[in-house]
Amino acid sequence: MNLTLHVWRQPGPDARGGMERYEARDISPDMSFLEMLDVVNESLVESGKPPIAFDHDCREGICGSCGMMINGVAHGPMRGTATCQLHMRSFGDGDTIYIEPWRSRAFPVIKDLVVNRSAFDRIIASGGFITAPTGSPQDANNIPVAKRDADEAMDAAACIGCGACVAACPNGSASLFTAAKISHLGLLPQGQPERERRATRMVAQMDAEGFGHCTLYGECQEACPKQISIDTIARMNRDFLVATRHEHEEKVLGGG
Amino acid sequence: MELKSKVPSGPIERKWDKHRFEMKLVSPANKRKFTVVVVGSGLAGGAAAATMSELGYNVKCFCFQDSPRRAHSIAAQGGINAAKNYQNDGDSVYRLFYDTVKGGDFRSREGNVYRLSQVSVNIIDQCVAQGVPFAREYGGLLANRSFGGAQVSRTFYARGQTGQQLLLGCYQALEKEVSKGGVTMYPRTEMLDLIVISGRARGIVVRDMVSGEISSHLADAVVLASGGYSNVFYLSTNAKGSNATAIWRAYKRGAAFANPCYTQIHPTCIPVSGDHQSKLTLMSESLRNDGRVWVPKRKEDCGKRPQDIPDADRDYYLERKYPSFGNLSPRDIASRAAKEVCDEGRGVGPGGRGVYLDFADAIRRLGKEKIAERYGNLFEMYQRITDENPYEVPMRIYPAPHYTMGGLWVDYNLMSTIPGLHVAGEANFSDHGANRLGASALMQGLSDGYFIVPLTIGDYLGSNKLEPVSVDSPEVKATEAAVRQRTEKLLSVQGSRTVASFHRELGRLMWEYCGMARSAEGLKQALAVIPKLRDEFWHDVRVLGTGAELNQSLEHAGRVADFLELAELMCIDALHREESCGGHFRVEHQTPDGEALRHDEQFAYVAAWEYAGDAQPPVLNKEPLVFENVPLSQRSYK
Ligand SMILES: Cc1cc2nc3c(=O)[nH]c(=O)nc-3n(C[C@H](O)[C@H](O)[C@H](O)COP(=O)(O)OP(=O)(O)OC[C@H]3O[C@@H](n4cnc5c(N)ncnc54)[C@H](O)[C@@H]3O)c2cc1C
Ligand code: FES
Repeated sequence: MNLTLHVWRQPGPDARGGMERYEARDISPDMSFLEMLDVVNESLVESGKPPIAFDHDCREGICGSCGMMINGVAHGPMRGTATCQLHMRSFGDGDTIYIEPWRSRAFPVIKDLVVNRSAFDRIIASGGFITAPTGSPQDANNIPVAKRDADEAMDAAACIGCGACVAACPNGSASLFTAAKISHLGLLPQGQPERERRATRMVAQMDAEGFGHCTLYGECQEACPKQISIDTIARMNRDFLVATRHEHEEKVLGGG
Repeated sequence: MELKSKVPSGPIERKWDKHRFEMKLVSPANKRKFTVVVVGSGLAGGAAAATMSELGYNVKCFCFQDSPRRAHSIAAQGGINAAKNYQNDGDSVYRLFYDTVKGGDFRSREGNVYRLSQVSVNIIDQCVAQGVPFAREYGGLLANRSFGGAQVSRTFYARGQTGQQLLLGCYQALEKEVSKGGVTMYPRTEMLDLIVISGRARGIVVRDMVSGEISSHLADAVVLASGGYSNVFYLSTNAKGSNATAIWRAYKRGAAFANPCYTQIHPTCIPVSGDHQSKLTLMSESLRNDGRVWVPKRKEDCGKRPQDIPDADRDYYLERKYPSFGNLSPRDIASRAAKEVCDEGRGVGPGGRGVYLDFADAIRRLGKEKIAERYGNLFEMYQRITDENPYEVPMRIYPAPHYTMGGLWVDYNLMSTIPGLHVAGEANFSDHGANRLGASALMQGLSDGYFIVPLTIGDYLGSNKLEPVSVDSPEVKATEAAVRQRTEKLLSVQGSRTVASFHRELGRLMWEYCGMARSAEGLKQALAVIPKLRDEFWHDVRVLGTGAELNQSLEHAGRVADFLELAELMCIDALHREESCGGHFRVEHQTPDGEALRHDEQFAYVAAWEYAGDAQPPVLNKEPLVFENVPLSQRSYK
């Protein structure tokens, strides 16, 4: 099939960007979206033009590197599918496709479709972990975990950190990303000791990074390639409230 | 070059304990004074960096992705082995050790493998404490499944995303240390050379992949945990960015490269669909727990729909040839068997390069729901890629390059032949011999990273007095200059062919001549063509743009340039090893029924190749392998 692409080109972080038009010829429906871009890039290089820069690595929908707005939709038209797992059979011959980077204040563009998502790492660093230094644990089966809790924790832990939730959110909120980690760890017995501190710190970091506030549009869960539910956000809000109340009580009681 | 394995003396069960006692320690107050560079943030690098920071070292960790969480370990699907014996099915540290030595076709070092099996139990404890959501039984205890090459259930898993969950646990520990200031993380930063001063590894030269700046990071010790080199085949199950540059640069600075020809071709991958193919997707080996592998008995039936071929006309060839392991035969054996039936013209799908992996019986026995619970995400992935529903029609699979057992030579301390340079995870050669068993790479990466390197680095730092070094030293300047020159050279060729076209051509060549079956004739042919292709690359490659920006073609070009050199070493090694063992199958050396035929008297050694300059052939050094516990025997899975 043949397609017309309009792609965001921006030479560097401080340069001005704009949409460029390209023709993609002889595309097989069995190609992945990124393989289609590979074909376009090879022909660009052959004609002496700089190829389109985009992040990608595993091409199996698990590393979270890839991600672009495809016709205004994060990761494109197929639900629960990262860009690298989207195949061209989702499009028709003669289609026009608009391709843009994630748009968010907290994800500045580096080049073309490549953005800087290191804000996510800083959110995790602020508290998205269980402190268990190497070598200290007890036998794994000493901590039984109800299957239901383990399964629910796994649902939340499936997040690949791609940033689609932020890109899809009209407010540019990172709530789904942050809530997924808070839920994963908060659902497990091992995660209890740090549960409140984790919620307070991660939420504070999320705000400090310049992400918007969540007003429960729900666009994030629609865009999420791992279909993480916004129920996790309710869980985050609950943990955050409890933590804030306890902190307040401690101040009142302990402050004397 | 002298290869001292440094395996401690004494009975195998006591070696690691004894060694831990004998190693030098660095006092807590002194650890802060040492800087360790870690290249890689996968299971091996991430675990090592986090743990060394917990111990008090000053750690700098590098990765080429935009976040350490995206290292290729994230893609591992099926599971991680550990000798917990939670199933009470007769497993033990000794059995895991035995299975691994045998699975590796008697080409690994017993002492290392035993230690790996011992440490495996600690890994599961560590990961659970971090909150890794492993699969559980209704009673709340951990669940297990089986993997190839084993008759016990010792594999722990988190749906089909085990690598992801283990890596996220490790990444979270790493970020915890970043927040405490013990680790400085350098994402989007690529190591392009190793700095060696007075014979010791003292740092690395890197390129900032966003600004293009080239700079040096000095250290008291360096750990390479940069993953495997399967992408030398262009099409593999590895991530697009996986590369050999870090270990190849270290090789050219004096680190011996061990068994480069030991590569693993994984039996269950989605077959190639066309020339546009950019990578191959693995379908986890765990599927062989419930899936049955077959092809039609008669060539004429290959074009029929699988559901129209009655059971009597199907050849369940693994069950037929290897009745005791059946569909769970080790990878090298299952891959070769698939190639064989396709070579006979009984393959299915486009080009006849595929075999069926059929779940109909399992669905009948267990119900669709149970199968969905076990493999749901893999089935979805398969359907997304092929547009076929594996609940209704059998999957089509074919072998693909997947893992490299070869890597930099290391001693028992995981130190290479360059003092101060440690190598962990898939980047080293250590534990899997000529074939790795499923679910053992995650185990090895975490064992190296959490439990071994952090201790052996202490021994190195505690027993050597290192001279101070500065960024102005001539060695640092010269290494930086070499990196700049190479980058400029790649940009200045301005030829006519894209980097990808060279990579594809190299890949096809390696798959043909150094893939699943190798012959002296084919390898010689490859050895004649590779230098020509390399020459053409340096005269005709086209890399646009500059070095002072994000330039993905430049990154790819540097990696392909290194693959073009490594490929030659792989073929030299494959040609010299006049035997078949594990993943290395030389057609001249097979038993009458087509199994790998080892020649232990001549080849029970590790081949450690030493760089001797671009104009000289590499020098072969041998580390003899001694089997005191698992008697050398022909592997049988019948
Ligand atoms: C699809 C797939 C499925 C698998 N499934 C399983 C399984 O179920 N069980 C199992 O045991 N094993 C499995 N494996 C194998 C296993 O995942 C790997 O062997 C293992 O994860 C490798 O870990 P590592 O830490 O050595 O390297 P990696 O995880 O590959 O990490 C390499 C790191 O090095 C960095 N790096 C590389 N080069 C440079 C450079 N030049 N400069 C800077 N940084 C660099 C990268 O950025 C990355 O951080 C699977 C492998 C694949 C491909
Ligand atoms: S490239 Fe890894 S998720 Fe798409």
